[in-house]
Order: sequence, then C-alpha cells, then structure tokens
Amino acid sequence: MRYVEEFRDPGAAKALIARIGEVAEAIGATREQPVRIMEICGGHTHAIFRYGLDRLVHEGIEFIHGPGCPVCVLPMARVDEAVEIAERPGVIFTSFGDAMRVPGTKKSLLQAKAEGADIRTVYSPLDALELARRHPDREVVFFGLGFETTTPSTALTIQQAAREEIGNFTVFCNHITVPQPIKVLLDDPHMLLDGFVGPGHVSMVIGTHPYDFIARDYGKPIVVAGFEPLDLLQSVLMVLEQIRDRRAEVENQYGRVVPEHGNPVSLAAMADVYEPRPSFAWRGLGEIDASGLRIRPGYAGWDAEAKFGIGYGARRAREVAEPEGTRCAAVMTGRIKPTGCGMFGTQCTPETPLGALMVSSEGACAAYWQYGGRRSPEAAE
Amino acid sequence: MCLGIPGRIVEITDAGRMAAMADVSGVKREVNIACVAEGDPAALVGRWALIHVGFAMALIDEAEAAATLEALRHLGEAQETLEQIAEGARALS
Amino acid sequence: MALRGDRVTLAHGGGGSAMRDLIEEVFTGAFEPDGMEDQARLEAGALAEPGARLAFTTDSFVVSPVEFPGGDIGTLAVNGTVNDLAVGGATPLWLSAAFIIEEGCEIALLRRIVASMKREAERAGVRIVTGDTKVVGRGAADRVFVTTSGVGVIPPGRDIAAVHIRPGDVAIVNGVLGDHGACILAARGDLALSSDLQSDCAGLGHLMDAILAAAPNARAARDCTRGGLASALNEMAEAAGVGIEIEETALPLRAEVKGTCELLGLDPLYLANEGRLVVFVPEAEAQATLAAMRAVDTGADATVIGRATEGPAGQVTMRTLFGGSRIVDMLVGEQLPRIC
Repeated sequence: MRYVEEFRDPGAAKALIARIGEVAEAIGATREQPVRIMEICGGHTHAIFRYGLDRLVHEGIEFIHGPGCPVCVLPMARVDEAVEIAERPGVIFTSFGDAMRVPGTKKSLLQAKAEGADIRTVYSPLDALELARRHPDREVVFFGLGFETTTPSTALTIQQAAREEIGNFTVFCNHITVPQPIKVLLDDPHMLLDGFVGPGHVSMVIGTHPYDFIARDYGKPIVVAGFEPLDLLQSVLMVLEQIRDRRAEVENQYGRVVPEHGNPVSLAAMADVYEPRPSFAWRGLGEIDASGLRIRPGYAGWDAEAKFGIGYGARRAREVAEPEGTRCAAVMTGRIKPTGCGMFGTQCTPETPLGALMVSSEGACAAYWQYGGRRSPEAAE
Repeated sequence: MCLGIPGRIVEITDAGRMAAMADVSGVKREVNIACVAEGDPAALVGRWALIHVGFAMALIDEAEAAATLEALRHLGEAQETLEQIAEGARALS
Repeated sequence: MALRGDRVTLAHGGGGSAMRDLIEEVFTGAFEPDGMEDQARLEAGALAEPGARLAFTTDSFVVSPVEFPGGDIGTLAVNGTVNDLAVGGATPLWLSAAFIIEEGCEIALLRRIVASMKREAERAGVRIVTGDTKVVGRGAADRVFVTTSGVGVIPPGRDIAAVHIRPGDVAIVNGVLGDHGACILAARGDLALSSDLQSDCAGLGHLMDAILAAAPNARAARDCTRGGLASALNEMAEAAGVGIEIEETALPLRAEVKGTCELLGLDPLYLANEGRLVVFVPEAEAQATLAAMRAVDTGADATVIGRATEGPAGQVTMRTLFGGSRIVDMLVGEQLPRIC
C-alpha cells in the first residue's frame, strides 16, 4: 500500500528508536522522572499499542493518552438521547460502528437494535443520505460524531441534502472540537505534561495554527503527526528535540497530508452549517465552553435536535455521573494509567464495559486490555 | 480519532455530485471529492488522496512524502554507520 | 415437472403434494438418496474396524447475502461440516441437510444452492444421505437457512486434538487469511465497497489427508471460521495449556484484505475464513508438511506463521513488525466498522 507501507519500515523505526533513546538520555529522562508526552488523538493511542511502540522507546518516555476518542468522551446522556430518537416509530437511525456499543444509562444502540429499533451501521454519512433517498416514507437520522476530521463530511452531506431538498434526513449533531479540551487539560494544576503529539487528521482540516496557544501561552512543544508508526516515532523525536533545545513550537511532521492553513473547502462547509454551542458536556471532563458544534438555524430542517425536540435543542436527557467506582476522568486526563483503576479488568472489560474508555478500541483502557498492557510480560513480572 | 487511509482516485463517476471512485489497495469505494477538487475534477484521476468516511479529505503531497522518507532514510544510514563503528570498536577491544 | 410457480409458498411446507413435488424435484432429484424411507440406512463396514471411532458434528449456516463471489450458503453448508470432521482427523462420509425456507424464496435459488451442495459433496467424497425442509412465513427467516450434520470415521490409532500441542510445535496455515470475511462485507453492499475478492470457501478433507500422510505426529488442526485465526489459536492455546506466538510479517494477507481492513478499521486476524485451517506439527515434520500441503490445491499457499511456546498458558501473542510483542485476544462481540 503506497504511503502506508513505506512508513512502517522496521529499519527506519530502529534508527528512530535509537535517536529517541539518545535524546532522552541527553535530557535526563528516566523511568522515575519520565518525559510525559500526550498523544491527543485516539488513533495515535491505537497505533502506539498496535505496534507496541510504548515498549520499544526509551523507558524515560511516558505516553499519556489524551481525550481524542469521540465515543469515549460522549456522555451517557447523549447516548440516551440517540436511543430515544432511534426508538421513535418510522425512524431509521444510522451510526458509525464505533458508537454502537457505547453504554447509555439504560442501553446501548446495539441493545436498542436487538429490542427492535431500526439501527444501521454505515461507513459514511453519504450512505445515510442514500438511505433517505431510497426510503422517502421513513425518517433517516445520522448520529454525527467526531472531531474536526469528521465534521466536514456531515456538513457537506447536510449541504447536499439541502440542495436536493431531501426532507426526511437529519443529523443528530455531537461534533466536538480539539483545541478547547486541550486548554482545559493545560489549565489543570494536576496535569504534568512536557509536550504533545498533535492529531494529524484534525489538522488536515483546521491546519496547525489552532495549536499556536499551546506553544505560545503554555510553553509546550507540539508536533502534528501522521498515523503510521514511523510518523509517530519521528514526532516523538521532534518533541524531545524541542525539549532538549528549550524550544516550544508547533511543528508539522505530517506535511504530506497537513497544509499549514488546513482545507478551505472543509472549513467553509463547517462554517456554513455549524456554529459553536455555548458549552458541551464531555465524559470525564465535564462541560467545556465552546467545545461542541450545533447546526445553524438556516439548516434546522436537517437538525435532529430541532426536528425531534431533543438534546440541547430542547429536552435534554439527565446528565449522569460516571459509573460508580470507575476512574475514567483520571485516566482520560492522564493522572492514572488504566491499570490504576480498581474496575479495570474486573468489573470493566470489553465484554461488559462500564466506562467509555473500555468501549472503543481507541479508548486507552480497551487498548491496554486488547494489546496486553495489563498482562504484558513486564507487567507480569 | 479519525481513521484515514490513502487511496488513488481512479475515475470521476459523477462530476455534478462531486463523486469519484477511489481505489484503496484493490478495494473500490465511491467518495466525495468536494474537499480536493480545484477546477476540472478530471484532473484528479491518478492522484492520491486521504480517504475518511467516504470523503477525499486531502490530496497527498507527493513531494512532502518523499522529503519525509528521505529524512528517515538518512537517519537509518547514520544509524547503520554508528552501529558499524560500534561493531569495529568491539572487534578492536 | 409438477412443481408450479417460481417461488416457495407456505403450501410447499404443508405436507401435501406441493411439498412432495418441491422435495422430489429440487432436493432428492439432486442428492439421490438410496431409498425413500425417513432415515438413511448406511453400511457400518468402515466403523466396524476395531479401534475406529465415529465422528459426528452439526452446524447451522446463515449468511447474508445467500450467494456471494466464490460460493453460496450451500457451498458453506457442505464444506463447513466436512471441515469440522476433517480437522479432527476423521474421514468424512455422510451428511444430512435440513433447510428452513422463507416463504417467497425463489425456487431457482434453491436449485442453485442444491447444485452447489451436490458439487462440493462430490469433491469431498461425501454423500448427502438424508434431509428435511420446512417453510416459514415471510420475515421468519432470511430466504434460506441450512443445517448440515456429518458423520465420519477416525481410523484406529489416530488422535488429533489441541491438547497434544507441545511447546516448539510449528503452526502452519494453508493460505491467505480473511478473504471470506472481507468478501462478505463487500457483498453485503451496505458499505458500498467492491473488489475482486472471492470467498475462500473450500473442503479441506484432501488437504488433511496430505498433512496426516506427511506428518504422522501432527498434533492438532482447526478450521479458522468465525472469529478468524485469532479465535482458533486462542482456543487451541487454552486447550493445550501452552502459549502461541505468531509473526506479524509471516501472516499471508491479500492486498484487498489489507485495504478492506485499513478502510474499515478491522483486524484481519478476526476476519472469517471458510477454507482455511491452522495445523500444529512437531518441528521435525514441518518441512514435509509444508511440501505436502503445497501439492494440494487448497494448500498451495501454505506457510509457517508461528509456534507454540512454554507460555503463559492460553496466551496468544504476536511479534510485531518492529519486534515488539502484543497480545492477540479472543474477539469480543462482532467486529464493527469504525471510523475512529
């Protein structure tokens, strides 16, 4: 696969790992006093575990798994609202596969489907729009989830629906944005981060400048990274070099995909269809100002909240605290490792997830479980 | 988040709807090209794009990709030289 | 031709002449059972040998779509049961076939499925000796479900079972992985993917014969169906009380399967196969086994993927591209396409 396999070359990885080790030594990073690097994006978390990168790099580097997994930060109340819409007569509720297993307070979408709701997994919002074209007598709702990477796809789909005057298609918008929660994390006095690996596919849309505040106001290095293992290793090296040189800059490792100013068509579509909500609830982080998007009044006909009178549009499901005993918030903010939570691997497993971090394969807990963080040879010793 | 994968645009299927066929390692899927089209969509045929949820989200900058790989290759060579030197030092000691 | 109409109706399940016509024209006409009694009467000669054991298995088949590139539900129903017998070291002999047919199912489709079953049974050297049909109302089934049961004979002295796997034994698969799973995902149509992938569905009886001839001490084999290679290996590691380590770089995968997995965020280790097995043999017999497998059409791409280890018992690990190691767990639930 072009542009994929070249970036998985073991020889180059070995060289990068060696360089990372040298720079880590030079700045005095040790297992006890590690350099703490947060990979913001869940896709990076997944890649780190899939390739075992956390165990291959110098022991003085600790990866802190950030909040960039949209289904992990989705509050139970939003799932409850999705289920409520899906169970209305005549509705075909469509979602990416990721959200199907996320627990609400009563049930997940997968459970609602088993109980008879017409819920379908789709690959693209365009496929949901196609369902609406084919079933004019049904109401097709798409569960709009994700960060800036995915937001343009639903914006363009809504514009398409508006152009074709498709009246039986709506989006239940739960899109969220990356920069605001990063600011919350940086303002947290408990948070001890030395640098960031930035989300490459988000930056493909918004460019690199939205992170300027991280370097400028907080003095932390950030390197926007691609998703192949060499991309990640090179980005870690670039973060370390900034630390060694006492620099704090926004650097772009993923130049083949990320333009400095992002993608103008995507940005225009997002601005046309969406506007910031005053605030939005994040699982584990609470309400964060201007961190969520809603559909502008001009597109109200395609807004499920407006059409069904649900969610932030009107009647909101009751916000609930995290399941008793779980420490999702502490894991998500990097204060503890998944193994530091008493529920991890006992009550909370991929089969019976209590917290959202165990649900998505991008969630830190599920990745830890799946790829052996708990039962690793090191951990077993 | 954000699973994305490079694919090659192989055919414009409906220029009006900005639809094209992308090929990801022998798997074909129709994608929307609104984000990457500049002028004539036909010019996109043969180009590589980053595919996410049925949309071509960005064209892949081939020069940038080559530059990144070149830097990685240099690093690999430098590492090899270092290892050879270390090997030589061990042989002498 | 007494059979009227081109679709199955509830009358075809009613026990009257319509049912008789359907069974005679579509099923018994093709399968040619020895008599028309409600039971198959079989020569017990092969079983009578002292020390021989009877192997008996059953499996139900539901697949959407019912027909797909490289096969249909009939191909699956025969080969699935034949393979369950074969990987246990049995020589498959007889099958039963039961059909739950949804009202409205096209009779031409049933004929195609039956033709597939007849063809695959002949290839495998088994006979379909008894069967049953039921018709259910629209919506109570998805066109047609098939259940096959199979009987085979394990010759005296042969004992193929996962408990015999020892550390150091070599794991061999007979070909590229995940073709069936990726093919079905595309064939379903709701993801709007297309590729040239075909299902790997095939009978593995002859391949097992070749393996057992080349490796007299072959330990155990499993067909890697639902849950893929990962699930088969986990079951075997658990049963044997050994660890299993596979090499990521050794896994045979077609480009299209990799592409499907990258697009949808799936792991090929968990994709279903319908004509793939993993066999463990002692290291001393590995080369002979490989050569013997490669001489059979269903083993042309046979390759070593890893070996059994001292443990931890029951744990399957994979050495990654970079020499790291990660756990390969059982699949939890169903793999869902993901975007993040």
